[in-house]
Amino acid sequence: MLTITNLTATVGDKQILNGTSLTVRAGEVHAIMGPNGSGKSTLAQVIAGHPGYEVTGGSISYEGQDLLEMEPEERAHAGVFLAFQYPIEIPGVSNAYFLRTAYNEVRKSRGEPEVDPMDFLDVMAEKLKVVEMDEAMLQRSVNTGFSGGEKKRNEILQMAVLEPKLAILDETDSGLDIDALRIVADGVNKLRRPDRAAIVVTHYQRLLNYIVPDFVHVLAGGRIVKSGGKELALELEAKGYDWLVGEPATGAVTA
Amino acid sequence: MSTTEARVSSFLRHWEASTEAPAWLRDLKSRAVASVEAHGFPTTKNEDWHFTSPAPITEAAFDPMRASTTAPTAADLAAVAFVPDAWPTLVFVNGRHAPHLSRVRGLPDGVRVMSLASAWHEEPTLVERHLGRHARFEEQALAFTALNTAWMQDGAFVSVPANVTVAEPIHLLFVTDAQGAGGMAHPRNLLVVGTHARVTVVEQYVTTSDSGYLTNSVTEAAVGDGATLTHHKLQREGRQAFHVGHIEATLGRDSHYVSFAFSTGAALARSNIYTALAGEGCGATLNGLYMLGGSQVSDHQTRIEHAQPNCYSREHYKGVLDDASHGVFNGKVYVHAIAQKTDGKQTNNTLLLSPDARIDTKPQLEIFADDVKCTHGATVGQLDDRMAFYLKSRGIGAAAARQLLTYAFAADVIETIELEPLRVELERLALERFVA
Ligand SMILES: Nc1ncnc2c1ncn2[C@@H]1O[C@H](COP(=O)(O)OP(=O)(O)OP(=O)(O)O)[C@@H](O)[C@H]1O
Ligand SMILES: [Mg+2]
Repeated sequence: MLTITNLTATVGDKQILNGTSLTVRAGEVHAIMGPNGSGKSTLAQVIAGHPGYEVTGGSISYEGQDLLEMEPEERAHAGVFLAFQYPIEIPGVSNAYFLRTAYNEVRKSRGEPEVDPMDFLDVMAEKLKVVEMDEAMLQRSVNTGFSGGEKKRNEILQMAVLEPKLAILDETDSGLDIDALRIVADGVNKLRRPDRAAIVVTHYQRLLNYIVPDFVHVLAGGRIVKSGGKELALELEAKGYDWLVGEPATGAVTA
Repeated sequence: MSTTEARVSSFLRHWEASTEAPAWLRDLKSRAVASVEAHGFPTTKNEDWHFTSPAPITEAAFDPMRASTTAPTAADLAAVAFVPDAWPTLVFVNGRHAPHLSRVRGLPDGVRVMSLASAWHEEPTLVERHLGRHARFEEQALAFTALNTAWMQDGAFVSVPANVTVAEPIHLLFVTDAQGAGGMAHPRNLLVVGTHARVTVVEQYVTTSDSGYLTNSVTEAAVGDGATLTHHKLQREGRQAFHVGHIEATLGRDSHYVSFAFSTGAALARSNIYTALAGEGCGATLNGLYMLGGSQVSDHQTRIEHAQPNCYSREHYKGVLDDASHGVFNGKVYVHAIAQKTDGKQTNNTLLLSPDARIDTKPQLEIFADDVKCTHGATVGQLDDRMAFYLKSRGIGAAAARQLLTYAFAADVIETIELEPLRVELERLALERFVA
C-alpha cells in the first residue's frame, strides 16, 4: 500500500529525514517510536504533503501512485489521513461545516453525490458516538478553545467521518487520560479492515495495548534504526532509546 | 466637478423659481450651495480624503438621474437584492420613490414610513425640526453631503413615536436601473426615533445594470432618550458605479445606536458614519465588513463624537481585499473635555488575499477629557498557511480552503448582527464573495 524508499527531507537548511525507508501493506498496523526531534512528525507531514518540508531525495509510492506528485487534498481523496500532533484551530468555521465540506469533497472526488446538511447530521450522530463527543462540539469553531484531549478526539472524529485507507496518527495518545485513550483506540480499531492500514506514532507502549501493532519501528536521527514486533515497544519502554542510538539524536527537544 | 457645480446652481435657481418650498428649506439649500461654491470639492490634499481620491467622481460629469420608464419588477429586485417579504419596504428607483414596488403595512399605530416627498406635506413639523439639523455639510470634506442637501428631492422618512417597538425591520431599498446610467441620484433619508422607542432600519443599495452612475445618499437620524436605533447598510452597487453615502446620527440620553455597514459594491465607494453622543450614558456600536476585488476602492470613515459623560463606543471593522483593491478605514473619535468616563474601543482587521491589494487604516483619537478609556488596534494579515494545509489535508481543495478561511475571517463580525435573517444573508454573501 505504502512504500517509502530512502526518503530525505529538509526544513529550511536543516536535514531531518536521512534516508527513511518503510513498507506498509494493507491490513497492517505499524507503530513508530523514537526520541523527541527524531523526525517522526516530519515523516507524517511529508506523507500528508505539508509544503513546508522539502523532499530532497527518495520516493513514496502509495497504491501504485507517486504520492509526492499529489497535492495534499488529492492525497486525502485517495484515502490518506493524518491526525495532527498539534491540531490547528480555525476560528470562524464551525466543526459541522468543516466536517461536511471535507466529507463532501472526498465524496465528490469519488464521483459520489454530495450529502445535504440534514442527511449529514445522521452520518454525524453515529460518528459522534464512536468518539463519545457531545453534539454541541459540532457548533463550535474547529478546535478553537478545545482542550488538548478534545482536539485529539476531534482528529479521531474527522478520521471516523472520512474513513481513510491509510490513517497516520501522530501522538494522538499524548496527553490523554485512560478513558480518552480507549476512545481513540476504539476509533482506530473500528476502522481496521484488511484493505486499510495505519501508522501510529507514539511515545507510549500503553497505547499499543489497545491498538496492537504488527510492527514497531524506531526512528532516530531521521532514519529507521530498528524494527520488530509488538514486543519491541515493551523493550523500548524498559530500556529507552540510547542503546539503539548510541548518542542522543541531535536537535532533540523535550515533549 | 466644475460642470456638476454649475449644474447645481442652475438646478437650484430653477427649483427655487418653480417650487413653493418653505423659507427654512430654501435657506438650507442655499447654504448648501454656498458651501459647495465656497469650498469646492475635496482632493487628496484634504485630510479626510487623503487615501481616496474623489477625482474619478468629481472629474466625471453626471446628469441628474433620469426616472425609470420601465421600472424593475419584484423579480428583478429579488435577483440583485435581499428582499424578505416580512419587512415593510420602501423602494426607490433611480432616486424616486416607487410606490408599486413598496409595501408598508402592519406597523404599530403612529409609526410613519413614507417617502420624504410625502413627508414634506404630511409631517411638516418633524421634517422641519430634523432635516438638515443632524448632517453637517459646511466643510470641504463634506461637499457631497452639501450637494445632496442642495439637490435632495426624495428619500425615505421613518418616524417612530415614543415607547413604540417596531418588530419588523424597515427596509429602504435603493435601486438604479439601466436608465440611470450616467446619472447622479441624491436620496435623502430621515429617521426620527422617539423616546424609548426601538426600531431597526436596513438601507440597501443595489443595481440591476452594470453601468456607471453616482449614488450620493445622506441619512440623518435622531435617536431619542432611551431609544435604540439599529441601522444597517448594505452597499452592493454595480462594479462601474460610484457611491458616496453619509449617515449622521444624534443620540439622546441613554440611547443606543447600533450600525453595521456591509460593502461589496461600487468601483469607488465612500461611506461616512458619524455619530454625536449628545446625551449622557448613550452609546454607539459601529461594525462593518468590506470585501473588495478587482480595482475596487472602498473608504469607510467613522466619526464618534463623545460630547457627554459616561458614554461608550464600540467599533469593529473588517476588510477582505483581493486583487488590486484598496480599502480605507479612518476611525475618528473625539472626546470632549466634559465627556468623562468615556469608554471607547476601536478595532480594524484586514485580510489581504493578494500582494497587490492595499489597506490604509488610520485611527484618529482626539481626547480632551482626562478620565477616559479609549483603545484602538489594527491588524493586517494574510491567509494562514497552517490553516490552509489543515483543510487541504482533509480533502478540501485550495480554492475551497481559501474561500472557507476568508469566510472564517469575516465570520465573527457578521455574528454581531442580531437581526437573524440579515446575519444569515450576509454569511451567505461573504461565503460567496470570493468563490474561485
Ligand atoms: N519548521 C521547522 N523549522 C525548523 N526546524 C524544524 C521545523 N519543523 C521541525 N523542525 C525540527 O526538525 C526536527 C524533527 O522534528 P519532528 O517534529 O519531526 O520530531 P518528532 O520526532 O516528531 O519529535 P516529537 O517526539 O517531539 O514530536 C526537530 O529538531 C525540529 O525542531
Ligand atoms: Mg512529533
